[in-house]
Amino acid sequence: MSSDIPDASDVADAADGADATGPPTDEPEANDSAVEEAAKHVPAGAPPLRVEGLVKRFGGVTAVDGASFEVEQGSLTGLIGPNGAGKSTTFNCITGVHEPTAGKVYFKGEDVTGLEPFRMARKGLVRTFQIARELEEMTVLENLMLAPKGQIGESAIRSVTPGLRGAVVEQETEIRERAWETLDFFEIDHLATEHAGNLSGGQRKLLEMARALMTDPEVVLLDEPLAGVNPTLEEKLLDRIHRLREDGYTFLLVEHDMDVIMNNCEHVIVMHQGSVLAEGTGDEIRNNEQVIEAYLGEDI
Amino acid sequence: MSDDSARSSETEAPESATAALIDAARRSDLGLVLGTLLAVYLVAALLTFTDGLNSVVGLMRTLTFLGLVYALAALALNLQWGYAGLFNIGVAGFMALGVYTMGIVVRSPDPAFGPPGFGLPLPVGIVAGMLVAAVVGLLAALPALRLKADYLAIVTLGISEIIRLILQSSAFDNFLRETIGAGTGGGSGMGMPRNPVRDLFLVDGQAGTPTALGDLVFGTVGESGLGIANTILIDWAYIAVLAGFVIGFFVLLERLGRSPFGRTLKAIREDELVADSLGKNVDLIKIKVFVIGCALMGLAGILWFGSQGNVSPTPQFMPVLTFYVFIAVIIGGSGSNAGAVLGGIVFATVLFEGPRRVGASLRDVIDAETPPSFADALVTLDPTAFLAFATDNIAPLQFVFLGLILVFIMHRRPDGILGDRIETAAAVDLSERPSGGETDE
Ligand SMILES: Nc1ncnc2c1ncn2[C@@H]1O[C@H](COP(=O)(O)OP(=O)(O)OP(=O)(O)O)[C@@H](O)[C@H]1O
Ligand SMILES: [Mg+2]
Repeated sequence: MSSDIPDASDVADAADGADATGPPTDEPEANDSAVEEAAKHVPAGAPPLRVEGLVKRFGGVTAVDGASFEVEQGSLTGLIGPNGAGKSTTFNCITGVHEPTAGKVYFKGEDVTGLEPFRMARKGLVRTFQIARELEEMTVLENLMLAPKGQIGESAIRSVTPGLRGAVVEQETEIRERAWETLDFFEIDHLATEHAGNLSGGQRKLLEMARALMTDPEVVLLDEPLAGVNPTLEEKLLDRIHRLREDGYTFLLVEHDMDVIMNNCEHVIVMHQGSVLAEGTGDEIRNNEQVIEAYLGEDI
Repeated sequence: MSDDSARSSETEAPESATAALIDAARRSDLGLVLGTLLAVYLVAALLTFTDGLNSVVGLMRTLTFLGLVYALAALALNLQWGYAGLFNIGVAGFMALGVYTMGIVVRSPDPAFGPPGFGLPLPVGIVAGMLVAAVVGLLAALPALRLKADYLAIVTLGISEIIRLILQSSAFDNFLRETIGAGTGGGSGMGMPRNPVRDLFLVDGQAGTPTALGDLVFGTVGESGLGIANTILIDWAYIAVLAGFVIGFFVLLERLGRSPFGRTLKAIREDELVADSLGKNVDLIKIKVFVIGCALMGLAGILWFGSQGNVSPTPQFMPVLTFYVFIAVIIGGSGSNAGAVLGGIVFATVLFEGPRRVGASLRDVIDAETPPSFADALVTLDPTAFLAFATDNIAPLQFVFLGLILVFIMHRRPDGILGDRIETAAAVDLSERPSGGETDE
């Protein structure tokens, strides 16, 4: 990862030490850094994200019905499908918001099925929501500063003890600088001190993505980040995504606009009624009989 | 930011001198709190000056004491409810745990009256009281916090009543005496250990033997000087200690709030899923903040009821006490620590003690028989008789008054006095971009 989004690894490193001093319930995370380190050097074969036979039922409704797919390292993969195909539910199962009824989720080769969202985020997989969920009563800057991993000041003791607070303030200064740079990157720096609740729909989408990136993730799941965004802003956002991808981020993008998918994603996954209908490049998908049928002859 | 600039442009040309004064006070927390106290003192002096200096200083003492103890409880609740959105309706129970534990630990093993204790030093008792409140808070939080918010409310209300009823029970008292050799005193409660502040002025706390400091103070402003009762002066010294604790709570909570920890609390209050999805261990943070809040409630209970001579479970720790603390936080503006202090003072003085005191003073000057019933008061068509009835029945009317005030606040200022104020949730200044940052892009 290069200059555009400042690297937070130093911040994260500082925090992993702090985690170990936390209460016993925190213990499992104390090893996270070790796991992460090991995972970073996983054999080139293991994809950052792999889903196998994922099933999610809500009572009688089967939202996801045996979906399997892989997302390649450093790719911008598109995930499309008619309304109700199960795309958001798949995201929810991957990120641990829902426990899958069956199936497995692998993150860099490691089985992470059913891990809570915060553990997934700490591992480096973060998502945005289809309906933007910004924290309205907090400022844009606070929204961003919430996100970074391993903030030592998240320990109550460190935040109040006179001798220890110095380090917290130091880290806060770094995080604030990173937040400002990220705001610059998304060109919403003029909104920094605005309450997130006062932002427009498109600005909320930008904020949501900026906030997700502040966690210094490796894989980012974007659930319709362009819905309700005007074309100029859409261009900008896509441009940002491409630049980040060049920096090594991996993206899985849900989007209904076929042109966007075809023009930007090198690999496209089509979901229909909870399972994967087809996979391939944009051209392959465009000419796939089954896909055309699923979209009822819609021009794609 | 926009709010701030709007406010400052609004106040550039205040309409009057009082508006300017109020505005200046609003900008400084301390100014606002002291200004409120001063206004309360003024009214108190007006009500009592005819009865002499002792009445004036005595009433001021009572009002200040109540204001400060409510401020302590409100601050602790503000951490749980204002910052993290945790709806704890068991404040009274956690305060009872604190003060009862302290009493049991510190009371003499062989007292003249009441249940025996362990006879340990006071600081041990205070720490034990906070710990017990914290541990019970933890036990309540573990199952309830994982469920929806409403469950925590129900569980804490239940726990608070269970605590009160257990303390009330003489069977539990006997059981404790037989097993650990210390008791609660059941329904009649227990006497509290002597306040160490008293020992500063009186050798062994005995009224007849002042210390050097006692001699000095009593000789100048006390009974042998200005004529203020010595006990009132000792009470004022304790009030100074309480004020120290209020400042301590305030500083502690401000530091907690203005930190990454406070930021996660704010995020959890707004949207748990977002905090979770950004890598925050929501359950753990909620448990931590709940336990810290309960420990502070235990300490507030010790400072408040531990100084009152005697504690008993009923009516001191009825759920209505929790309700009062909530009103204090609501008035001040939930989420604001300065608001919690201010709300505590305003509630205790204006809403809680105020009507009773004003009513009593009015009754003294009304020259009329009190009609036997509300209907009689109405049919006489005599306003003084009606007023006499009202002032004689101020206690029930006070609740009507309280209700009206709450409706008014909800309607006109739903955020409380200071709830609209933005409290920064970071350990650094966020109002401006630090210089030197705007190099690239
Ligand atoms: N929490 C839930 N409880 C019950 N049913 C649900 C739940 N979440 C999703 N579903 C159902 O699962 C199915 C798939 O929904 P999902 O939101 O995953 O679709 P989607 O592909 O994201 O659609 P869209 O393109 O409209 O966002 C729908 O039929 C929906 O009603
Ligand atoms: Mg969806």
